Amino acid sequence: MEILALYNYWVFAILLLIGLYAVIAKVNLVKRMIGLSIFQAAVFLLYISMDKVEGGTAPIFRSDVVGAVYSNPLPQVLILTAIVVGIATTALGLAVVVRIREEYGTVEEDKIKELDSDS
Amino acid sequence: MTLVFSLFLLTMLVIVAVAIVNSVNLFSAVMLSGIFSLLMAVNFFVLDAADVALTEAAVGAGVATVLFLGALALTGEREQERPPAQWLPLVIATATGGLLIYATFGNPVLGDPQAPIHLHVAPWYLENTPRLIDIPNVVTAILGSFRGFDTLGEVFVVFTAGIGVLSILGVRHTLVEITATELDARQRSLRHHLIPRVVGRGMVPFILLFALYVQFHGEYSPGGGFQAGAIAAASIILYSLLEGDDRGRELVPEWLLRLMLAGGAFLFGAVGVVCMLLGGNFLDYDVLSSVPSEGQHLGLLLIELGVGITVSGVLLTVFHAFARRASR
Repeated sequence: MEILALYNYWVFAILLLIGLYAVIAKVNLVKRMIGLSIFQAAVFLLYISMDKVEGGTAPIFRSDVVGAVYSNPLPQVLILTAIVVGIATTALGLAVVVRIREEYGTVEEDKIKELDSDS
Repeated sequence: MTLVFSLFLLTMLVIVAVAIVNSVNLFSAVMLSGIFSLLMAVNFFVLDAADVALTEAAVGAGVATVLFLGALALTGEREQERPPAQWLPLVIATATGGLLIYATFGNPVLGDPQAPIHLHVAPWYLENTPRLIDIPNVVTAILGSFRGFDTLGEVFVVFTAGIGVLSILGVRHTLVEITATELDARQRSLRHHLIPRVVGRGMVPFILLFALYVQFHGEYSPGGGFQAGAIAAASIILYSLLEGDDRGRELVPEWLLRLMLAGGAFLFGAVGVVCMLLGGNFLDYDVLSSVPSEGQHLGLLLIELGVGITVSGVLLTVFHAFARRASR
């Protein structure tokens, strides 16, 4: 039980690892963007894991419940906005990838580098 | 029971993430990342973050998947085959992951009420929200009022990203001449699939209605401008997918999108300036009404509306920018 209490954080670390691997190792630029969004999601998981209070509930007051324990609203606010900002920046990244494809005819980074060194 | 469920969800997350990175077909990678987001949303819900779960479901599983598919339509679906493992990146990533796992042993355990994060600012917010803002949803109160300035910044980041996509996938290219039949053939989309069309058409108004509910009920239940904006954009995107991008742009014309893009952010900022003109601080809604808590309600309603308008405007603009490229 004691060990499982850190399971969320381990999954965060493993997801971060997977995302980081995809960003470094993958040559396809779209795949890299997907890797980046996994990386991002891992960080979201870390923050949201921290907000949990044992026996708590979502931080929305109810008049008919007295003495309820509420989870921490602050990380939720941070991540809520971060998710939307994340999709906006992902869209920007994808737009750049699309432009690269139009100019180079490929989204594989090694080929792009070849084309660059040829010219 | 909850423990078993969350263990299952977290393990599924890892499995799906590995599958995403492993798949050579990018289409299946994108579909899997939709599943990944949905699992993540359920996970957030289990961790008491209802607002965040709603956002992740609408943005991650809905809009992000469509955007990635839009990009794939322009860049090709298959990744080049490569030798299976690359050692250096694997070593670097594993080392980072190992360090992080090592560091987790210094973390407070999940749900510990005495963890430092729960002792500093958060109790103040929980204690004072009913008195100062008088709304049940503390997340909305912090987002809109206590930390309204942060949120204004976030909205401007979203706005800037929208402008960035517009300038990269420029507007000029719409002027390429193509014949009407060619255009029709390219933009036929799902029009000839009867079942998705009938079912989808029935769903669009209800999704839009739900978006409005989430928008205007955000003070009392999970929701708010960010979620509502994403859901509203998703409904229009669904309509565009079913009927073709041109019909979608007839429904929400270009000039309206531009207006939404800038107008929402402007509304947010304008509320702040009005507060200053009425003698308060920037984004201090107390002065908007003779009763401070009513002023807060009014201010929150207006800025959430601004957030919703900008977010849906940006997401729709981005979607159309990709779709237009594809149909060119």
